[in-house]
Amino acid sequence: MSHNIPENLRYSKDHEWVGVDGDIATIGITDYAQHSLGDVVYIDMPRVGDKFSAHEAFGSVESVKAVSEIFLPIAGEISEVNDGLNDTPESVNNDPYTDGWMVKIKMDNPGEADGMLSAAEYEEYLEASA
Amino acid sequence: MSETELKRTPLNSVHRALGGRMVDFGGWDMPVQYPAGVIEEHMRCRTHSGLFDVSHMGEIWVEGPDAIDFVNRLTTNDVTKLVDGQAHYSALTNVGGGVVDDLLVYRFSHDRLLLVVNAGTTEKDWAWIKSHHSEHDDLALRNASAEYCQIAVQGPDATDILQKLTATDLGAIKYYHFTTGEVDGVDSIISRTGYTGEDGFEVYAAPEFAEQLWNKLLETGKYDSEGGVLPCGLAARNTLRLESAMSLYGHELGDDITPLEAGLGWITKLDKEGGFTGRNALAAQKESGLTRKIAGFEMTEPGIARDGYDVYVGGEKVGIVTSGSPAPFLKKNIGLAFLPPDLAKIGQEIRIEVRGKYLAAVVVPTPFYKRQK
Repeated sequence: MSHNIPENLRYSKDHEWVGVDGDIATIGITDYAQHSLGDVVYIDMPRVGDKFSAHEAFGSVESVKAVSEIFLPIAGEISEVNDGLNDTPESVNNDPYTDGWMVKIKMDNPGEADGMLSAAEYEEYLEASA
Repeated sequence: MSETELKRTPLNSVHRALGGRMVDFGGWDMPVQYPAGVIEEHMRCRTHSGLFDVSHMGEIWVEGPDAIDFVNRLTTNDVTKLVDGQAHYSALTNVGGGVVDDLLVYRFSHDRLLLVVNAGTTEKDWAWIKSHHSEHDDLALRNASAEYCQIAVQGPDATDILQKLTATDLGAIKYYHFTTGEVDGVDSIISRTGYTGEDGFEVYAAPEFAEQLWNKLLETGKYDSEGGVLPCGLAARNTLRLESAMSLYGHELGDDITPLEAGLGWITKLDKEGGFTGRNALAAQKESGLTRKIAGFEMTEPGIARDGYDVYVGGEKVGIVTSGSPAPFLKKNIGLAFLPPDLAKIGQEIRIEVRGKYLAAVVVPTPFYKRQK
């Protein structure tokens, strides 16, 4: 099955995506990840101001069937969380790259996202691990 | 176990064609959900109808003059109370009173019983049952699991859908009763039973007719993405049974869990004539009092309890979650847990450790969901 992988984002092997705007990065889970999880019903989010190092779990996403930790691909401080997901967690399934975003962070090292997978590399990674 | 070794029901290719996501379920390659997703599948079964492939379940025939006596000695419920065309829920118990498996016992006649057992335990059950077959028993045992497909059609529309495919008067089949008849011209056992908390039927037929029956039921139920019957996977089967607080083997039941602890006293007939394997242990447990019993709970703060999570009261670990999940119809996060009997009381506040947080929950009556009759 092919999955939506927008060109303008960066990707982690844990299936998070990162969109960079200056020193702020927006983070969510990929179309592949939401599809694997199934119906998302709850997202356990961090608080604004929480600091995380790269690859640290910042929360969890729960589907009917299972719970998965979500990892921050790059280091930073939470600057905003998507409170809308409290009422509409299904946005993670329906619009993983837009309404389904999870957190924004102020990056410790702007430029760290450049080291992540490009859309083409992530697609290759998915194909290789299929 | 690699995929090539997984057992397949006769509907395997149908599930794949429908876009079912296949998983290893107790050694069977089964659909956990279809593209509609577990929530939609669950809701459709509650409001219209759901179709389930349960062909992986095991079927064991017990035939001969001693059939009733034999099954009565091995199971907790009273087989002598069954009449022809009636089934009941029961448990196979070991000497210690633990549950070898939970099952349905169908009485076809005084010398012909069908046992329907769980998929993952079929081989264990078969060995257990055979080992109790003494030379004095005038009966024959047959593991006929491969000779049947089983399709469950469940939900408020189930009777209407199935009635269009059979001349058998379904209205005449009471709950937990069954008959033999043709469904779409196929010889079938038509049983008014299920594992969803809804009214509905389970249809048993020869495996070569599985695709025909499945497709005909979907067609008759006007299956599409907007309405009608929906095929439901194992995930919806689990959430539906959990809302109805039905036990799942390996969770609320097991070799070291007794039916009394699991809240199945109603199928445990300690005083039936002749007793049964495990009877004395269960009578002793009842006499001395339980140390744990299954209770239903719902979360009172955001978070989901999952199987195996610890339960706390007053900072002390008091129990463990056996099944926990979001409840799609009730729109709550619910679960079943083992608790000491004095804490398994409605209104008891408990805390459940969810990844390091101790989230509040409260003991509530079960079943969580009861259909309107």
